[in-house]
Amino acid sequence: MLPRLTRSRSLSSIADAVGQTPLVRLDRAARAAPSVEVYAKLEFANPGGSVKDRAALRMMTRALDDGRLTSDKILIDSTSGNTGVAYSIFGAALGVRVQLVMPSNVSKARKDIAQAFGTEIIYSDPMEGSDGAIRKVREIVAQHPDRYFYPDQYSNPDNPLAHYHGTAVEILDALGDRITHFVAGLGTSGTIMGNARRLHEHTRPVRCVAVEPADAFHGLEGLKHLPSSLVPGIHDAAAYDETFRVTTEDGWDMADLLAREEALHVGHSAGAVVHAAIEIAKKLHAEQQGGCVVAIVPDRGDRYFAPMKWEKRYLW
Amino acid sequence: MHTVTVRIPTPLRTLTAGADEVTATGTTVREVIVELESRFPGIKDRLLDEKGVRRFINVYLADEDIRFLDGLDSAVKAGDQISIVPAIAGG
Repeated sequence: MLPRLTRSRSLSSIADAVGQTPLVRLDRAARAAPSVEVYAKLEFANPGGSVKDRAALRMMTRALDDGRLTSDKILIDSTSGNTGVAYSIFGAALGVRVQLVMPSNVSKARKDIAQAFGTEIIYSDPMEGSDGAIRKVREIVAQHPDRYFYPDQYSNPDNPLAHYHGTAVEILDALGDRITHFVAGLGTSGTIMGNARRLHEHTRPVRCVAVEPADAFHGLEGLKHLPSSLVPGIHDAAAYDETFRVTTEDGWDMADLLAREEALHVGHSAGAVVHAAIEIAKKLHAEQQGGCVVAIVPDRGDRYFAPMKWEKRYLW
Repeated sequence: MHTVTVRIPTPLRTLTAGADEVTATGTTVREVIVELESRFPGIKDRLLDEKGVRRFINVYLADEDIRFLDGLDSAVKAGDQISIVPAIAGG
């Protein structure tokens, strides 16, 4: 894809607004590594507000193209929220009925956003986490396989391909040979798989780092602790170079710092990813290697506005 | 002392030999957690830090977040259910 010359453009559908997200230099947050460039790719600039727009749109349009998804089928999937918002917005744009299975403790903001687009939500047990939602959607689809299109973002090759053909190309267009490191969180693993595969094809080496919670019991919503989880079908550890483990506290602290110092109010998973990127940059600086580190910021912090104030009660 | 049930989320079941629900005794949520620690060593540190309940963890007494009750000092009565609610992982 050619780099666009301007962000101001007229489009025939909101679906055409996905991608070409800004890459912003983090000078203040990364001040401890002045010889290294650190960039955040702001995926919250997608129309659905998260990186998941890319995968959801590609999974839907490819299925519409080859007939797996038709107007008389219901798109159903399990999602902790952002993919659900993305299915919902493009469901409305493309005329597709959408049902989502999610643990009932998903943040209220995302349930409300999905429902605003006409999506129906089916709740799974919050104690079972996202794996419980996966098991539940599989049961529903097994009962009426003809009724549903089940994209299964954890196993669908179009999830990583959205990044292989999109995100990674945009990063190379913007930074070219300067990029030395790429850092992304691991949820479905689509972002790290697709970007790493494309960046590894680049003429110069790019070290690709997956960020994972340090502990199975964590508060980095959207990220997966692989050793204790159902491993996604699309995941292949050989595709990336390193796993970086971040504690919930470090992720949350960085999310707070980014808001104050960089005017970026991001989600906790973004805090964890940027924390890892800055730690990598500090190491490069200490070793006098220089470098250019790109961190994927999956979404904005307002998706997680606290249950403390207006979500006093969860619906169980 | 009252006997309550505590729902254990998947990531902490390695500490409870796989049990998804255990019984415990105490008069407050704090006492219940201390009593759990005596039988399932390590569980207290997963739930609490020096300031109280770790900020990303929600502990529910019946269907109310204890932050909106008296926190760790919230009184429990026989038969109450305490739920430890985990974060949401992936996708």
